[in-house]
Amino acid sequence: MSSSSGLSGPSRRNFLGAAAAGVAAAPIATASSHAEAPLEAVAGGRSNVTLNVNGRDHRLTLDTRTSLLDALREHLQLTGTKKGCDHGQCGACTVHLDGARVLSCLTLVVAAEGAAVTTIEGLAAPDGTLHPMQQAFIDNDGFQCGYCTPGQILSAVACVKEGHAETDADIREYMSGNLCRCAAYPKIVAAIRQARDQTKAIG
Amino acid sequence: MRLFSYQRVPDLENASRAGRDTGQGQGDAPVQFLAGGTTLIDLMKLDVLRPSRVVDITALRDRHARIEAGPNGLRLGALATMAQAADHPAVATDYPVLAQSLQLAASAQLRNMATLGGNVLQRTRCPYYRDTSWTACNKRNPGSGCAAMGGFNRNHAVLGVDGSCIAQYPGDFAVALAALDAQAEVAGPTGQRLVAVERLHRPSGQPHLEHTLGPGELITAYRVPAGPWTRRSLYLKIRDRESYEFAIASAAVALDMDGDTVREARIALGGMAYRPWRARDAEAVLTGKPLTEDLAHQAARAALAGAVTHGDNAYKPELGRRTMVRALMQAKALEV
Repeated sequence: MSSSSGLSGPSRRNFLGAAAAGVAAAPIATASSHAEAPLEAVAGGRSNVTLNVNGRDHRLTLDTRTSLLDALREHLQLTGTKKGCDHGQCGACTVHLDGARVLSCLTLVVAAEGAAVTTIEGLAAPDGTLHPMQQAFIDNDGFQCGYCTPGQILSAVACVKEGHAETDADIREYMSGNLCRCAAYPKIVAAIRQARDQTKAIG
Repeated sequence: MRLFSYQRVPDLENASRAGRDTGQGQGDAPVQFLAGGTTLIDLMKLDVLRPSRVVDITALRDRHARIEAGPNGLRLGALATMAQAADHPAVATDYPVLAQSLQLAASAQLRNMATLGGNVLQRTRCPYYRDTSWTACNKRNPGSGCAAMGGFNRNHAVLGVDGSCIAQYPGDFAVALAALDAQAEVAGPTGQRLVAVERLHRPSGQPHLEHTLGPGELITAYRVPAGPWTRRSLYLKIRDRESYEFAIASAAVALDMDGDTVREARIALGGMAYRPWRARDAEAVLTGKPLTEDLAHQAARAALAGAVTHGDNAYKPELGRRTMVRALMQAKALEV
């Protein structure tokens, strides 16, 4: 594994991710040099990608086939974004791409270059104060096992911002892309209602 | 997923050049265009689509994602996302059947990713097509047979099918476009042309060929003609669950009414057919007559007259008829 992962010794993640060995994931300070330059795959099916995640640029050399989801989890150790179905059917992998909620499992990381990615790790304020949506999920018990929760929260933040959370019926419709196997849906709706009203009060 | 090389193209000209080997839907076409990726990446993971080169056309959105509404109609750039089109005020107000077909499709995340061009060309959800452990699939392996015929075919097509394939076209937006006589603007190495959306998908016979686009051709926009019927229009979608599900039956309906009498009706069916299905026989039944529930039933019977079922999907013709009747009566009752 990469020496830049910040992990020492064997971990479950490194053990499970042994197949993804040889990956460089060094944060860099400079801005991304995206533009419209054609990005050609380098020899051996690997590509160089500069990925902006939660306001920080990371330079990666990885297999061209890598999804944004796998880049986040396996190469940047940002494991808050979850892999559920890996086929765009469950919403567990939801992240924001330039502010819009998308599925990271169906996004090639090479295609995400030049976009700003926001994950669950990037929602809280720098001082650790939780985002109102995160706090609302805690206040309302908006989860049971918690596996779908990061995707639910990212989706919910966007849902409120889009103006699709005005009624409970709207919330249910526009959150239908996030499945909860524990069926915490009523409390998820309550959490979104709370965060929506708080956001409005602040705004 | 198999190895592929990835290439970004800055404009239409380069896209056409890079996309000469995109084929017409074959799984082994060496090149695939990538926009939203919601079909392509999924099917590459499943080894159903196996390109050696992926040509990313996202940069084309700078010039081909505009949504323009004018007195002659609507023009929708093919790189606009489903969400952008669904939320556009002119689309929602003047072409409700289009807005509803988009809002009722997929999820908010998928609608943010998927473009209008790719959405229309999305692949069937037939499980025997998507699962390569089934060898018999004429769509994947020409000449191998069709496992769905005697298999689990509850949501397989009953219209436009033949002995080679009963895969259902899963989309909604293309159905609404077909009802409104929309045309696709297509650009490629030989220039630009217009194709009726209804003719973008091939009829059954050679299921491994999906569409009628030529080498290097891309859909760049859709043109939807204006007309007195567009405001009295709706998309009724019947599903196994209330949201985030493909249709088991749907109807796109647009009516031009003179009081209770139908001047002109435009009807297309989803969740029923091999490709987006315009129900012209049903339209002919309605034209010039007062729209009653009895007449709507008569039209619906005409639309489903040629239905062929294969066991599990025997419920479909009746559901399709009822869906069309309800859509017609709801459209009649609309205040426009």
